[in-house]
Amino acid sequence: MSESNAVIQVRQVTKTYTMGSNKVHALQGVDMEVQPGELLAIMGASGSGKSTLMNIIGGLDYPTSGSYHLDGIEVNKLSKNELADIRNHKIGFVFQGFNLLARTSAIENTELPLLYDRQNRHKNHREAARKSLERVGLGERVDHHPNELSGGQQQRVAIARALVTNPSIVLADEPTGNLDSQTTVEVMQLFQELNDEGVTIILVTHEDEVARYAKRIVELRDGNIIKDITQEPDSAADDLKALIARKAAAEAATTPSETETVDAG
Amino acid sequence: MRAFRLIKVAGKSIIKNKMRTLLTMLGIIIGVGAVIIMVAIGEGAQSQIEEQIQNLGTNMLVITPGAANAGGVSQGSGSFNRLRGEDADKIRNESIYAAGVSEVIFTRTQIVGGAGNWRSTIHGVTTDYPIIRDWDLSSGRFFDASEERTGKKVLILGATIAENLFPDRDPVGERVLVRNVPMDVIGVLEPKGQTADGNDQDDVALAPVLTVQRRLSNWSFIRQILVNTYSPDDIPEAQEEIKAIMRESHGLAAWEPDDFEIRNQEQLSEAAQGTTEVMTALLAAIASISLLVGGIGIMNIMLVSVTERTREIGIRMAIGARGGDVLTQFLIESIVMSILGGALGIALGMGGSALLGSTMGWATAVNTQTVVIAIVFSAAVGIFFGFYPARKAAKLNPIDALRFE
Repeated sequence: MSESNAVIQVRQVTKTYTMGSNKVHALQGVDMEVQPGELLAIMGASGSGKSTLMNIIGGLDYPTSGSYHLDGIEVNKLSKNELADIRNHKIGFVFQGFNLLARTSAIENTELPLLYDRQNRHKNHREAARKSLERVGLGERVDHHPNELSGGQQQRVAIARALVTNPSIVLADEPTGNLDSQTTVEVMQLFQELNDEGVTIILVTHEDEVARYAKRIVELRDGNIIKDITQEPDSAADDLKALIARKAAAEAATTPSETETVDAG
Repeated sequence: MRAFRLIKVAGKSIIKNKMRTLLTMLGIIIGVGAVIIMVAIGEGAQSQIEEQIQNLGTNMLVITPGAANAGGVSQGSGSFNRLRGEDADKIRNESIYAAGVSEVIFTRTQIVGGAGNWRSTIHGVTTDYPIIRDWDLSSGRFFDASEERTGKKVLILGATIAENLFPDRDPVGERVLVRNVPMDVIGVLEPKGQTADGNDQDDVALAPVLTVQRRLSNWSFIRQILVNTYSPDDIPEAQEEIKAIMRESHGLAAWEPDDFEIRNQEQLSEAAQGTTEVMTALLAAIASISLLVGGIGIMNIMLVSVTERTREIGIRMAIGARGGDVLTQFLIESIVMSILGGALGIALGMGGSALLGSTMGWATAVNTQTVVIAIVFSAAVGIFFGFYPARKAAKLNPIDALRFE
């Protein structure tokens, strides 16, 4: 069906919600393709339809019309259970609120998707989860519970959970929405590193701060794509270095030297 | 393997919410505990009543001379109007069902001794009599076979006579006069109480048949022959067999009617058993209501829990859980909780009935059948009351569930 080797092929997708008597056209015929290895940011103000598009791409919702192929599979024709399996095998979700299970350790959170893998592709769930956590730099904190981790670390666990099934795409919905500026850059650096390793990543965001690290930006307004550009992304690693250097300089200038040891931790 | 993992997930969730789990299980614990205690009391009462019937002798047959031939025209030559020692001997020798046989002859007379005198009935019986009637002695001993054979002048007093003649001491070893015949008291019977129609069973004294026949009464034909079987189940066959032996013993031709009667206590015992069964069922029904309430408690908490964990359900669905997986998880949670509650309830029930048994002196009996039923029933409660909340969870839309605060 798909002549190209695109991971995602969205063709004339519309989505109409009926709210009482009036209809809301959240998407009005969107066409989009995503190639393997892209780092794409879907942008738009609230109400632009970007969350709707993300839900359809993420296999959480069906389009009203049009077609959506993921890895050559026509997702819009699948049953609810098949959709659940697609989410499990081919999509890794990263949410704004981290959405980790409370009172459940990092490694247990990470191996959660493997529980629902009906093909049982990973024989050793623990090992797969541990590798995934090591990949996001949390190899030392596998047994920590979410309430013992910082926001950035929690988001890393969520990313590890998204990666554990080796998905075709990682779908991140406002992944830095709850994070401070330095942690935001750290998480974006992780996304860039993963992308360099070949992971296809789609970020859904309304922040330019996040979008500037993407290789491609798709902007929506009123259910239509109004902009689709490729760009040379900023390096999050460089930004992080600059940020830390600036912070250190500012601290050196404003604080007496004896308190430095306190902040150093 | 997947089912096992889902059970593990449910188990973890149960352990992580100890307070909620305990509150959920409380209803089942109390319900199952109540059922077990109630049934134990009911069964205890039943076995007590059965014991009382045993007292009367459920496996006892009573042979009496027939009334039909008393003035009947069919009273042919050579037919017997009464029972003879030979009848008892024939049953003793030929019956395979009879465990014990005892002739009974009565004589009503005055007993003098101790504090004064007392009018009572003396039964002439054999050594089998206390076994047939399941009647123990409270002191002394029963007469033995040689005393029976030689017609020794020994007497066993019923509790009522013993109380009236010897209110302040044990009558064993005392001598009393019966029709001016001195007799040695060698034993006292345990009190048996009244019969259903109000006769005092303890107002009686026992002596060997021969003693009564030879020393106390010159007109003493056998009034009854008591036979007991090894088991109450044998009664119908035993009745047929003894009837045949009796007919042969009395030389009855095929066309002649029985000149004796054989009665058993089976019907009485059936009626009593029916009553206690109804009582047990009633108690169990009352207790089942509390189990039902416990089940509703589970449903209540599971429903709250589904709402509380909407976000968790959303996460699980987003990462690939099917509706069926969520349903299974919640169903397993409620089943595990109700079975766990059932197990604790069984422990409570066993402890409770043991405590009742020892403090109140009630006979209680917990049987495995009740325990198995309690476990099965609590699992069924878990499935039944867990299904609706689990289905509610499974039907959640992942997008809405994820957005749920």
